[in-house]
Amino acid sequence: MTEAAAAPRSAASVSARARITAVPDGRGGTALPLLSGAGPVAPRRTRSADPAAARVTLVGAMSAPLSGDRLALEVRAEAGAALRVDGSAATLALPGRTAEPARYDVRLEVGEGGRLHWLPEQLVSVRGSRLRQHLRAEVARGGRLVVRDEQVLGRAGEEPGRLSSRLTVRYGGRPLFDQQLDLGPGAPGWDGGAVLGGHRAVGQLLLVGTEERDAGPLLARPLGESAVVTPLAGPALLVTAVAPDALRLRHVLDTALTFTSW
Amino acid sequence: MHLDHAAPCPERHTASVTLPDGRRRALRVGLGGPVGSGKTATVAALCRALRDRYSLAVVTNDIYTREDAAFLLREAVLPPERITAVETGACPHTAIRDDISANLEAVEDLEDEAGPLDLVLVESGGDNLTATFSKGLVDVQIFVIDVAGGDDIPRKGGPGVTTADLLVVNKTDLAPYVGSDLAGMARDAEQQRGALPVLFQSLRTEPGVLPLADWVREQCAAWAATHAAPDAGTAALPA
Amino acid sequence: MSGAAALLVLADGRFPAGGHAHSGGAEAAVRAGRVRSASDLAEFCRGRLHTAGLTAAALAAAAAAGHDPLVLDEAADARTPSPALRRTARRLGRQLMRAARATWPGPDLDALAAARPKGAHQPVVLGLAARSAGLGPLDAAQAAAYESISSPATAVVRLLSLDPLEATAVLARLAPAADEVARQAEAAAQGAVEELPAASAPLLEITAEQHAAWQVRLFAS
Repeated sequence: MTEAAAAPRSAASVSARARITAVPDGRGGTALPLLSGAGPVAPRRTRSADPAAARVTLVGAMSAPLSGDRLALEVRAEAGAALRVDGSAATLALPGRTAEPARYDVRLEVGEGGRLHWLPEQLVSVRGSRLRQHLRAEVARGGRLVVRDEQVLGRAGEEPGRLSSRLTVRYGGRPLFDQQLDLGPGAPGWDGGAVLGGHRAVGQLLLVGTEERDAGPLLARPLGESAVVTPLAGPALLVTAVAPDALRLRHVLDTALTFTSW
Repeated sequence: MHLDHAAPCPERHTASVTLPDGRRRALRVGLGGPVGSGKTATVAALCRALRDRYSLAVVTNDIYTREDAAFLLREAVLPPERITAVETGACPHTAIRDDISANLEAVEDLEDEAGPLDLVLVESGGDNLTATFSKGLVDVQIFVIDVAGGDDIPRKGGPGVTTADLLVVNKTDLAPYVGSDLAGMARDAEQQRGALPVLFQSLRTEPGVLPLADWVREQCAAWAATHAAPDAGTAALPA
Repeated sequence: MSGAAALLVLADGRFPAGGHAHSGGAEAAVRAGRVRSASDLAEFCRGRLHTAGLTAAALAAAAAAGHDPLVLDEAADARTPSPALRRTARRLGRQLMRAARATWPGPDLDALAAARPKGAHQPVVLGLAARSAGLGPLDAAQAAAYESISSPATAVVRLLSLDPLEATAVLARLAPAADEVARQAEAAAQGAVEELPAASAPLLEITAEQHAAWQVRLFAS
């Protein structure tokens, strides 16, 4: 799937794939039988604060993706495994030598009783860049997934590139959440009062598997003027926020992550 | 479809007389009139006068708040599940006349969830003299004006004053203070309305809402008599 | 186009399906100061058209093309994270269903009304209504795309006392973009339901919940 689009490739562009698989180690912890990748997406096992969970940090040449690049990442937390994936630095989407947009495809899979926290650093859409990213997650009934997804439109004071980002989540084999943002010059109306209204950072925190919670009914509530917590139609909670910059966006999402106690 | 029985409106999109289960639906009475004429106070008084005799519910149409519904709730004239507020998008007359879908849904939901009902009062948001209820929404309508709004209103006429099944001239106790000529209002109303009835009312003095409550009772009785049984040749469903 | 006049009836702002009480997020945008003029309205509508409008148009086109309306209803839920917007979509869907069954009755509408008595998502009902009226997927998409901009434009005339001629000029200038969105939606409706557009607008989602909690407002959404 991630290799589906067949367009002429520039010699300068990169195609990279990384894979992480987490399984229970049989002693109450989580093992990583598969941890592969190189170049722009290099996963490294790092120290986990949670003894039951494995932690992987995406490090390396974070100047990618350049226009024309194709990056793919597959992460699986199998039944009973607990995995946290984070990043060492923000990812910059940069202009390349080709007009072809870069593609970044992420596939997350969570088995029954598995836990996966997908907490990469921000994606910064740099002037002149073109990136299409699609994160697809498949969560088995009884699995839990946390996704943080932050997009920053341009470096400080800079016009952004063109960024299209889709987040598709299925739970128990049924559609749970599907949303696409199309931002930056060329995306019609992206900076008007319906979409970003002058904000330069947008982010979401998605918590899937809320039916496992023993708390009361999940109610929608605003978090200040520019963020909201909403229960989805299925067992999940979404925080949506816009902010003037990356720092203030992270502050809102961190606050939300704390109160949800995940 | 449904050619084998007499139902004129087989779909449930208009004011069909029967509910999907074959029972007769409640009589729907609309109360309209200008802002401040005392519609909400009249509805509250009617609820108190009729709630022991009928199973009743109220739909309010506020202009920009849920204040009328909140007033009725605060006054505890009916249990909360019997009061529904419809939002009208700055156009109260549209919601009772041109696009009645939200009001129909409110009435049907009340029948489903608080029913069976004998009577539903639909109060319009305060509007102008041309605002009348669609016949697809209510069976009879009452237009409420008041003496303080100007004693020339009956003379000016307009669809509300001339065609409502009942014209209520409210707040008659204020007439001496605002210099309104009640006799003149009665003459003008008769000229505009012919044989249609007019009721002068003050909720602050005896007999208060009772004459209006009596009129509503007559309407309920007529409704029950006209649509007495499933075989009365109305919109009966086959057995 | 299979029946231009039927499409005009369906897309008429006076079609009695409850739309007049809704602003499509414009009331919240006006209160936040994001829409103050005709040019703000144009950018608001452009953004709404290419996000919520495209998503709705694709669902409508897919329903008109004969995709299972219950599968589409589930897809619409997944594309509508705000509970306030889901409630609005279902309420408007129920009101449209009533009007559609009165105007173009048919077994598809009856079946969906029975399966979703409290209302299916409005674009799904719109697509079925179009189908029942003898219209095609492109017609359904066109009605949905136009509605995504006409609703805020009408509301802003009332909210800001904006010159109605200016507001209508905004719609006229967006007409080619609305046609293009409808074509995209129709093309997408030829594929699988899970691949339908899911374009969204963060501020519409965020402010919908704030608006739903207001004590005083002119519009229901």
